[in-house]
Amino acid sequence: MIIFLYKRLVINLDMFKIIEKKALNKDVSKMKIYAPYVAKYINPGQFIILRVDEFGERIPLTVHDYNRDIGTIDIIYQKVGLTTMKLDEKKEGEFILDVVGPLGKKSKINGYKKAIVVSGGVGSAICYPLAKALAENGCKVEVIAGFRNKDIIILEEEFKKIANNLEIVTDDGSNGKKALVTQPLLEKLSANPDYDLVFAVGPIPMMKAVCDVTGKFNIKTIVSMTAIMIDGTGMCGGCRLTVDGKTKFACIDGPDFDGHKVDFKEAATRSRTFAEEERKSREKYCNLFKGVNL
Amino acid sequence: MINNSKVKEPVNVQDPKERIKNFKEVELGFSDESAKKEAQRCLGCKAKPCASACPVGVDIPSFISKIANDDVKSAYDIITKNNSFPAICGRVCPQEKQCESKCVKGKMGEPVSIGRLERYAADKNLNNLPSNINISDDKKHKIAVVGSGPSGLACASELLKMGFKVTIFEALHTVGGVLSYGIPEFRLPREILDFEVQKLKDSGAEIVTNVIVGKSLKIDDLFKEGYKAVYIASGAGLPRFMNIPGEGLSGVYSANEFLTRINLMKSYKDEYDTPIVKPKKVLVIGGGNVAMDAARCAKRLGNADVTVVYRRTENEMPARKDEILHAKEEGIKFMFLSNPMKFFGAEGKVSGAKCVKMKIIDEDESGRKSVVPIPEETFEIIGDTVIVAIGNDSNETIKEASDGINFDGRGRIITNPETCRTSQPFVYAGGDIVTGAATVILAMGAGKTAAKQIAKDVLNHSG
Repeated sequence: MIIFLYKRLVINLDMFKIIEKKALNKDVSKMKIYAPYVAKYINPGQFIILRVDEFGERIPLTVHDYNRDIGTIDIIYQKVGLTTMKLDEKKEGEFILDVVGPLGKKSKINGYKKAIVVSGGVGSAICYPLAKALAENGCKVEVIAGFRNKDIIILEEEFKKIANNLEIVTDDGSNGKKALVTQPLLEKLSANPDYDLVFAVGPIPMMKAVCDVTGKFNIKTIVSMTAIMIDGTGMCGGCRLTVDGKTKFACIDGPDFDGHKVDFKEAATRSRTFAEEERKSREKYCNLFKGVNL
Repeated sequence: MINNSKVKEPVNVQDPKERIKNFKEVELGFSDESAKKEAQRCLGCKAKPCASACPVGVDIPSFISKIANDDVKSAYDIITKNNSFPAICGRVCPQEKQCESKCVKGKMGEPVSIGRLERYAADKNLNNLPSNINISDDKKHKIAVVGSGPSGLACASELLKMGFKVTIFEALHTVGGVLSYGIPEFRLPREILDFEVQKLKDSGAEIVTNVIVGKSLKIDDLFKEGYKAVYIASGAGLPRFMNIPGEGLSGVYSANEFLTRINLMKSYKDEYDTPIVKPKKVLVIGGGNVAMDAARCAKRLGNADVTVVYRRTENEMPARKDEILHAKEEGIKFMFLSNPMKFFGAEGKVSGAKCVKMKIIDEDESGRKSVVPIPEETFEIIGDTVIVAIGNDSNETIKEASDGINFDGRGRIITNPETCRTSQPFVYAGGDIVTGAATVILAMGAGKTAAKQIAKDVLNHSG
């Protein structure tokens, strides 16, 4: 009983503490957070929602790695908006106010023999745990990772460890080939279309382009849809998208969907619903705390 | 002294012109003097028809007579024997369909203002704990409650009274469920909710936020942690959409999302980060309390032009009468016997709705009027924001909590309504996850029923 009470007390005191923080490049950082309720049941493909402070917005973030025994999760985030900028102000040893999860359905990883995982930018953070899980399940995994330039490449070493082949491309050719991810993808599929899965995560236009390529070869393509959401449990319906003509919620029906059936055009406009408000709040934040303009 | 007035004692409300600029409470409550005068209207009927129409059986004539005799503390104690949250229920119950509908005074004029008197008694005792609460430390058995909405709170409160330890698990970061994310501050100020939640904590309840039972924890984990029983009150939080073209346009919201942005995330306040688009022309689809809440919140985001589109007539609106009245005072427009067929827009953004006129044909078995479209009568209305408030289905996340619980075809947990027992031993359920979306007070009633059964079953089993 005393041990139980002590455990409970320690759990509460450390809840959502930042155990480690590391900048992966100037835009992207990684955090290890104590969140035992998330770590206990999380699987590749699932995500969390966090709120940095009392005034904060609830945003979904992918979980890159986890340790069930010590109750920690690793998140990788790119400083693109107000919340991720505020999150990045937090130092090791400090706390995040709210972390909840695991949310969404876990990715299906069984039954594949040969797969290509295609990531765009910080989408690698979602791709890595999936690629790792596929490899551990006996699937031959090839990875195509696209980045704007060499300065923002992440997870290169991690991917190398688990992938049969890693091809990095950059928009400007500063590392690897100067190409979009669709170019090596098309080359691979043209050479040998015997893949049974393509998994793509990145900006919406990239995922759409990947699906356009794989559609020609009729290869099953799964995309992970990040949408605007508040609760993450199906209550708000903000994350809804049209898949195969039906309304689905990214938070509870996804985030993984059959990419050949997703209405990407609608998803793109819905993701920009608050673009103007978000731009204003980002500017306000930068003016207040950084003295710089974006 | 008896007050023979046929009409209710008037209550102060915020001026509509002022209140559409703020989120402060609309109704300001009775003064001591008007509460006493209103209480003196009660005939004190021996048969207590009002009490029998209360889902939790509050002894209404008795508490009202205490107010008439200036003993507001006793009035509060009488109410809280049956209802631990009178400050909430006094504000949000549909009294005109429950207690006040059976008031004898109502036959020859207006019924007694039971709801406002309940609220008065509660507000005067915000710092007092409910009667017969058991705050002793020697509680043996602990019970887990899933969800901190009205049903979970009521169940927890009853269990505490009966000497159990209680932990409430809440998925969101804030306690209260629909009381927190759904009902706006101008109907239920957050400090009132906070007072009620604090009282529950003071009575010994432990509340753990950010835990989704089904995702973060399973029912088996709770039993392993030593909980003797689990009460599931996870609500009906899955917004229904109309399944018509254009619902995926940007600017079309579920009422849940729109209200959550405002009530839970406080997006209307500058210092909060959650965004909300200030609308100019708003269409709210639906006729219930949620539709009224959404319409009035939209109005407050900068005096928007707000129209409620409802497929039946005002008489069939399920919303509380006071909310409809207040909405009208605030300049909300109503378009009855109209139903959207599709939403249209440009560049992915909504700009209006094509609607069809409806006509009443018949009454269905519940006595509610059925309507059918008149296909040749269609029209268009413009709107840069559309809020769909046509109800909620049950949220199925809870299905992942346990394989031992049986659900019906609509995702609701099957229980015996007398006992709230589910198909899994020592797991109980109540509120919207069992009944589908209903009222705060019905959910509280189920919480009470479950608490009594849990106490009986757990004590029988473990002594």
